[in-house]
Amino acid sequence: MATIIERRPPRAAQRAKTGRSRVASIVWHVFCLALLALLLYPVAWLLGSSFKPGTEILTNMNVLPDAFTFDNYATVFEGVGGLSFWTMLGNSLLISTLAVVGNVFSCTLAAYAFARLRFRMRAPFFAFMLVTIMLPMHVVLIPQFIIFQQLGMIGTFLPLVLPKFLATEAFFVFLIVQFIKGIPRELDEAATIDGAGPYRTFGYVIFPLLTPALITTTIFSFIWSWDDFFSQLIYLNNPDTYTLQLGLRLFVDQTSASSFGPMFAMSVLAILPVVIFFAVFQRYLVDGVATSGLKG
Amino acid sequence: MTVAVDRPTDSALTAPAQPPAKASRQRPRTGRTGKNGAAYVFLTPWLIGAALLTVGPMIASLYLSFTDYDLFSAPEFIGIANYQRMVDDPRFWSAVGVTLNYVLVAAPLKLLAALAIALLLNKARRGQGFYRSAFYAPSLLGASVAVALVWRTLFANDGVVDNGLSTVGIDGGGWISNPKLSLYVLVILAIWQFGAPMVIFLAGLKQIPQDLYDASAVDGAGRLRTFWSVTVPMLSPVIFFNLVLEVINAFQAFTASYIISGGRGGPIDSTLFFTLYLYDRAFTAFDMGYASAMAWVLLVAIGIVTALIFRSSRAWVFYSGEEK
Repeated sequence: MATIIERRPPRAAQRAKTGRSRVASIVWHVFCLALLALLLYPVAWLLGSSFKPGTEILTNMNVLPDAFTFDNYATVFEGVGGLSFWTMLGNSLLISTLAVVGNVFSCTLAAYAFARLRFRMRAPFFAFMLVTIMLPMHVVLIPQFIIFQQLGMIGTFLPLVLPKFLATEAFFVFLIVQFIKGIPRELDEAATIDGAGPYRTFGYVIFPLLTPALITTTIFSFIWSWDDFFSQLIYLNNPDTYTLQLGLRLFVDQTSASSFGPMFAMSVLAILPVVIFFAVFQRYLVDGVATSGLKG
Repeated sequence: MTVAVDRPTDSALTAPAQPPAKASRQRPRTGRTGKNGAAYVFLTPWLIGAALLTVGPMIASLYLSFTDYDLFSAPEFIGIANYQRMVDDPRFWSAVGVTLNYVLVAAPLKLLAALAIALLLNKARRGQGFYRSAFYAPSLLGASVAVALVWRTLFANDGVVDNGLSTVGIDGGGWISNPKLSLYVLVILAIWQFGAPMVIFLAGLKQIPQDLYDASAVDGAGRLRTFWSVTVPMLSPVIFFNLVLEVINAFQAFTASYIISGGRGGPIDSTLFFTLYLYDRAFTAFDMGYASAMAWVLLVAIGIVTALIFRSSRAWVFYSGEEK
């Protein structure tokens, strides 16, 4: 204890006083900002280019447009490839929202059982759950597709949403288990003494304390499901169910300059929810990654 | 519900005899009725998912890998013919080559970038939180179709990168249409998303006790020496964790290669990722048996590589005394 307290002040004081370290600090900031500018250039260029006329986009490397126009957005709002932008936005939002609800519901229940309840198969089940985090989805892809086909669900949102209600994203189970383990057992015991069984302990003690873990789960469920191009590509073959990601795919085969404008405008709109989530919850996002090793 | 009845007596007898530290870690089994039953109630969704969407499908895909199946007629058992076909399938080997190339280049470079930036940001100055979030941002955006389309445009013929290189005298044309360079467009996109491992590295760097750096300074070690003798060994469990994660992810890369090559893996199969070829076999050729076999090859390949990394970790991952 004593050593920790002693160590900090002199170092801070030293840093503030010496002029050399002020120079170093400025150099450090300039370097970091330059790196950041390089790193974020593609995103800035995307945003700027969405306001450029289509003919300008490919060759103009400047972020700011020479000729500013809103036409690209107007075109997108009128519809892309015969599909309504608003329908695609609605589909994406619906799928992601249901994915969040499903993950929060099913992963919380499973995590509570793993973290707090004793049952015979706990160790093998928990080990299995951990293994499924690493399992490439391709080994279950085709039989899952056949199951959903037999159930007549191809072309609906169900194959994308239903698995979330069955805790198939084991990563979140693990995340919440780790979080519950950090909640003092004394709270559970107090509830037990007051006569609460596992259901009420979960409902009144554990669940209300899970907010930080559930925020992390919500954010990542939403974003991963939003960006889950592969599953959407396979299951959503009906144009009425197309998401923004699938709408964007339609631009891949069009390489004429006239398509660049709407493509960039729609790209901006498609990443906007992710950017908003990031802006609002960046602390939770970054801390979530830091503590649990979430892939980004 | 009846099982729980004999438990309280058991714990009531043994609990007082245990040393206090152990007693607090190992919970005495209290007589909550129906706990075993309650556990399975809570686990119901997970159990259904695990049985119907994981274990069942795994067994089914293993079986399908030994069949000829086109989704419309019944699967026909053909033994190991699918696996034998792979040996003579040039596109299969292209896919293997492209994927291994990508894993071997993209994963280490991404980790190097992540570590370098983490070390840079770890020099705690003002605004660290801001930089951490800002450098992390591409990690979050990189998985989207939108960013893949941006990359496709940036690296197209007469695009920004092509034009930029022309002004300094390198006139190579667009990277996207050049089979020698097209994969590197995807590698650069992967490196661009170094944010997630960087954040994990930063958290790891903060865990290294300051005493070790103080001791190292007292011993007269220079910066480089301190880095190799203190930072790297102390950080090695985190490096290991990130490496496993990134390698597993890299094996499964799909979206960017699909978008940048228009779903075809071109030019001349230079961006034909394993997963892209698997998708092509399964959902455009409806060669479900072959695709299932490919999925199992992927699983085994990932398993072997992960096992190798785990094996090698004994030589280079250092766990300090109190942990493990």
